[in-house]
Amino acid sequence: MSFLRIEGVKKSFGGNTVVRGFDLSVEKGEFISFLGPSGCGKTTMLRMVAGFETPTAGTISIDGQDVTAQPPNRRRIGMVFQAYALFPNMSVADNVAFGLKIAGMPAAQIRERVAEMLTLIGLRHLADRYPYQLSGGQQQRVALARALAPSPRVLLLDEPLSALDAKIRVSLREEIRALQRKLGITTIFVTHDQEEALSMSDRIVVMNEGRADQIGTPFEIYNRPKTRFVASFVGNLSLLEGEGTGDARAILAGDEVILPFPARGRVILGLRPEAASLQASADRTNQLTGRIDEVNFLGSLVRLRVAVAGAGVLVDMFNNPGNPPPGRGDIVTIHFAPADVQVLEHTPPELAIAAE
Amino acid sequence: MSAEETLGPAPMRATSEGATRRLGLRLGGSWLGLVPFFAFALLFLFLPILYLATGAFQNAAGEFTLANFAELATPNLRAAYSLSVRLSLVSAALGTITGVLLGYAVILGGLPRWVRPVFMTFSGVASNFAGIPLAFAFIATLGRIGLLTMVLRDVFGFNLYGAGFNLFSFWGVALTYLYFQMPLMLLIVAPALDGLKTEWREAAEILGASRRQYWLRVALPILMPSILGCFLLLFANAFGTLATVYALTGSRFAVVPIVLYQQIQGNVLYNPNLGYALAVGMVVIMAVSNTIYLVLRTRAERWRT
Amino acid sequence: MRRSLPIVSTLIVLLAASYFLIPLYATFQFSLQMVRGQWSFEAYRSVFNSDVFAATVTFSTIASLAAILVGVLIVVPTAYWVRLRLPRWRPVVEFVSLMPLIIPPVVLVFGYVRLFGSTSYLPLTLSNAGTNTLLVAGYVVLSLPYMYRAVDNGMAAIDIKTLTEAAEILGASRFRTIAAVIFPNVRSAIVSGAFLSFSISFGEFVIASLLNRPAFGPYLVQIGQDRAYEPAALAIMSFALIWACMVLMQLFAARKPGGRILPRLIRPSARSVTP
Repeated sequence: MSFLRIEGVKKSFGGNTVVRGFDLSVEKGEFISFLGPSGCGKTTMLRMVAGFETPTAGTISIDGQDVTAQPPNRRRIGMVFQAYALFPNMSVADNVAFGLKIAGMPAAQIRERVAEMLTLIGLRHLADRYPYQLSGGQQQRVALARALAPSPRVLLLDEPLSALDAKIRVSLREEIRALQRKLGITTIFVTHDQEEALSMSDRIVVMNEGRADQIGTPFEIYNRPKTRFVASFVGNLSLLEGEGTGDARAILAGDEVILPFPARGRVILGLRPEAASLQASADRTNQLTGRIDEVNFLGSLVRLRVAVAGAGVLVDMFNNPGNPPPGRGDIVTIHFAPADVQVLEHTPPELAIAAE
Repeated sequence: MSAEETLGPAPMRATSEGATRRLGLRLGGSWLGLVPFFAFALLFLFLPILYLATGAFQNAAGEFTLANFAELATPNLRAAYSLSVRLSLVSAALGTITGVLLGYAVILGGLPRWVRPVFMTFSGVASNFAGIPLAFAFIATLGRIGLLTMVLRDVFGFNLYGAGFNLFSFWGVALTYLYFQMPLMLLIVAPALDGLKTEWREAAEILGASRRQYWLRVALPILMPSILGCFLLLFANAFGTLATVYALTGSRFAVVPIVLYQQIQGNVLYNPNLGYALAVGMVVIMAVSNTIYLVLRTRAERWRT
Repeated sequence: MRRSLPIVSTLIVLLAASYFLIPLYATFQFSLQMVRGQWSFEAYRSVFNSDVFAATVTFSTIASLAAILVGVLIVVPTAYWVRLRLPRWRPVVEFVSLMPLIIPPVVLVFGYVRLFGSTSYLPLTLSNAGTNTLLVAGYVVLSLPYMYRAVDNGMAAIDIKTLTEAAEILGASRFRTIAAVIFPNVRSAIVSGAFLSFSISFGEFVIASLLNRPAFGPYLVQIGQDRAYEPAALAIMSFALIWACMVLMQLFAARKPGGRILPRLIRPSARSVTP
């Protein structure tokens, strides 16, 4: 049986429904991300797990125990907040010791546990500093140690990295994941950053307008998005409109494209930039020709936007120091494999390129 | 940060003679802009105080002496200081406690939104409603024939003055001071209460703390420097108050400002230099409490990042 | 904060409200009881009919307005200059502007009486005009911390340095810059400080009394000793006056720079709510 169960949870504030029917089972030790744009209900869902909000309907249980009506201070959950929320009047050590003191642990044991936790996050030398003397990254590590010190059953991370600089964000997310694996603690991580979610999670819950659009591993979410929202929110996707012929082919503005499976009527096709190439190969049997609109040099990658069939298709190519990329206005042919074509829900009227 | 420092351009130095002279001229000209302000402050703030301060260290013949300060220890002057300090402490303590409670209720108490602006605006008025009109209001309310005194006697059969209350006594004056101290406290402690982050409460809660534990271990320690600082400000506020107590009790209630007032009016003290010492003593007490207030406020602000 | 009814908060607020309102109500009712056995505004009529009342109110109004004028003339250019040219002096000027907070009025006036006494180089206390000057100076000093704070905050709200540079690069003279750009932008702040200053000096007692000026404060004390009902009426009027000053002060302090002098009664935003 799963360790954390969320069943049929709904939440409305007044007439405003923020979470509409949410179900999720989390295994012990799993790292789950709630991914979605702001206002999608991910933070509200997290706060219901924490106990700061009470669901309008549904139940939440941890380790077989229904906690839906339990106040937060009884749930034995750890939480890290976006704005650190360290107690400014306490030293680093006292912050980490807070939960242990509340739990009534003997002083000697507290000292030991605090030292252990600070060693774990590599900040033992800063034990006597105060939060205002620490950098953002250090503060967030202390917040993590504080949350973990009382050995909570579940760890909740509410956008813990979004207030930090880009560099620290990357190193800290690796640190968090390593720590989580080491302690084997069940974790829910809320973020609007797809890169964070993809790189850290065992499974991702992509949320949109109060619903879980798709739940799956990062690989599934990225490569087999179930809805157009998931496809466009996670990663970059070029969208092309065409007419399905009913026999695994589609016609796009006169060109023919082979699909992974048959489709009929108006279809929207999605293509990842890395699936398209300017080089032909045995499996890249589809071809489309167009003019380069834009060349973005991103460092290790060069991203081209090619005008094809009335839309723009993004093509990633590796940077090659010996061979400069093609220029704007060049006519190029894009090659891609039928298996890489995503056939998305039908009928959206307008053509669009998914932005970043 | 260090990268920025090393990469940034080296500060330019104005080495040419012309540039230096222009800089000097500009500084010299700019300085003139402050002359009116400092001239006024010198004439009407510093020199008068300096006059008193030097006089406090002189005897009638103009020689240096500490005798004036020694004489502050004579029974009646010591009594005046003692009464002033006690009254100010009590009224500041009352104001602090009630003001913080009111601040808690109005700002964090989960009351309807309109409550806060109403109390804040009223407090702006009430904290300025000191002096003689305030004394009149309390005489009309709690004086011997005050309305509340009468209502208590006629309707509830309770004789306030028979029970030992007297508006013109220590506690009566303290109760009157509360009318401007409590609102002042509300006004100056409000930013600190606003500065209590919701996340702190939530963080404490999820770490297992009860509401009580959150208040005792997190919120109150965080607020403490602000509260203590505000307490000292209220202390100074009460210590310098003259008009309210004068209008209430005439000159029978001999706090330091009253003694000084009489001294200026009619030279009650045989030695004018003693009066200077009395004044300097007041300024010292006010300065000390205000300085500690500033130190505590800086400390509280350091936490609020 | 769980959805429990805020009983404690409600109780505290009610207690505080009664402590604040009972004296006001009691004073008001008391002020109506001058004629035995009936409610009347006789106490107010008696106050308004008194020549001394009119004379002292006039005197104190003029003194307070003079103090505001002098205060503005001293504070505004100083605050502007410090922000524009001498930012290093800011702590010093700010400290001086806060000094009056630690000088009780009774000490200040003591210093005046001695320093400008009959034997001094500048015996201001010997003439009426000189004593009035001292009174106004005292009021300026008392309101200096508030005035400076209000004006400086007003200047902080707009970027005074950039505005000045922008005006100068467009060819405006220094005087024109101040008159046409800076002043309109800090006008609200100045007016806000002025109302606070007025409420401080209008009913002031200690300085006026010790300088022997025919001001409103000493008049109040005299009435308090002589009469029973008029003081209550005067207390109510004083409260109303301070209320008006504070409300106007807050109104001006909260206003965006550059608005009209008198705030509109109906805010434009209130009308534009409907889409």
